[in-house]
Amino acid sequence: MAQLRLPENSRINRNGKVHKAPAGATNVRTFKVYRYDPSAGDNPRVDTFEVDMDSCGPMVLDALIKIKNEIDPSLTFRRSCREGICGSCAMNIDGTNTLACTKSCGDVKGEVKIYPLPHMPVVKDLVPDLTQFYAQYASVKPWLQSRTPAPPDRERLQAPEEQEKIDRPSACILCACCSTSCPSYWWNGDRYLGPAALLAAYRWIIDSRDDATGERLDALEDPFRLYRCHTIMNCTEACPKDLNPAKAIAEIKLMMAEREHA
Amino acid sequence: MRQRPLSPHLGVYKFAYTMATSIAHRASGIVLSVGLLALAGWLIAAASGPESYALAVALLGGAFGQLLLAGWLVAFSYHLFNGLRHLNWDLGRGLEKSEARRSAGLVVLATLLLATAFIYAAFFAGVPR
Repeated sequence: MAQLRLPENSRINRNGKVHKAPAGATNVRTFKVYRYDPSAGDNPRVDTFEVDMDSCGPMVLDALIKIKNEIDPSLTFRRSCREGICGSCAMNIDGTNTLACTKSCGDVKGEVKIYPLPHMPVVKDLVPDLTQFYAQYASVKPWLQSRTPAPPDRERLQAPEEQEKIDRPSACILCACCSTSCPSYWWNGDRYLGPAALLAAYRWIIDSRDDATGERLDALEDPFRLYRCHTIMNCTEACPKDLNPAKAIAEIKLMMAEREHA
Repeated sequence: MRQRPLSPHLGVYKFAYTMATSIAHRASGIVLSVGLLALAGWLIAAASGPESYALAVALLGGAFGQLLLAGWLVAFSYHLFNGLRHLNWDLGRGLEKSEARRSAGLVVLATLLLATAFIYAAFFAGVPR
């Protein structure tokens, strides 16, 4: 059942620290950042950082790195590629899940509010525990399952139009923006696989080289794993790679219905 | 080890059209289920004789009853059009971002038009006696 209110230990307390902008700064933006220190024993809080944008890069990740380098080195977040391909810096910025490295501060009006990906256990500050998310991804067996031996002299070939079908779904970077934007996943994340895992399942179901389509569909034939999707469309709206998990899930449901009534 | 906190969700996520149309679909469905009980009650009252029917008419004909009826008409209109939107989605159509945004707007517009027509017909058109 949906637990709308945050548990006792997760409610944000009012003791957020305020870090003022350096004197003389003229181009100041305010960043409100969720903080949680597992060693302190306190509830999470929201700190305020005033950042001089004249000496800061344009992206939200630039601001976070500047805060960590110059204001508070204890600020903790994941980041790596800084160009939207690794998926590490996924977080909730200005109320929407996205990648900090590709989100421009200029696209946010007023204070820049930064939270970890929603409805996830928080390890520290902006770092969520993604163990379950990865386990769900693994559960759809995201690898080629073929019954036919591979040709001895070349790889398994596909027609260009067959490749076309898996081209977009394969571009998923597993940042978890979609799954953690989904209210169904919030309320039933323990049993519903979520948009990211289902997009991966779809990518292998429609792969012309894969022979396990039936088994893959069997594994999703469940009131929760697949059918907790109610086409809210938050996933597709959130995807920083402009992919369409909602459409992929709808296609899987359609395949289920078609094979049932074939 | 201390239990990890759960990150904020509903409280921080921007309430976009996606969530609004979805929760409104559920809410209108619940409202309609309750409306069905009222409709059944009205029919039972009609079948039970003039006295019980007079009571049902008095209840539904009062200001509060009329407000409920107007609410049910709005809920019916919305649930109908958004239901068609879902039906289309279930056929694998209209799932691109731009299409879903446009269909959300269309559903709201169609709901306003149909609900207005219903309410006009029910309360203002004047039923010949």
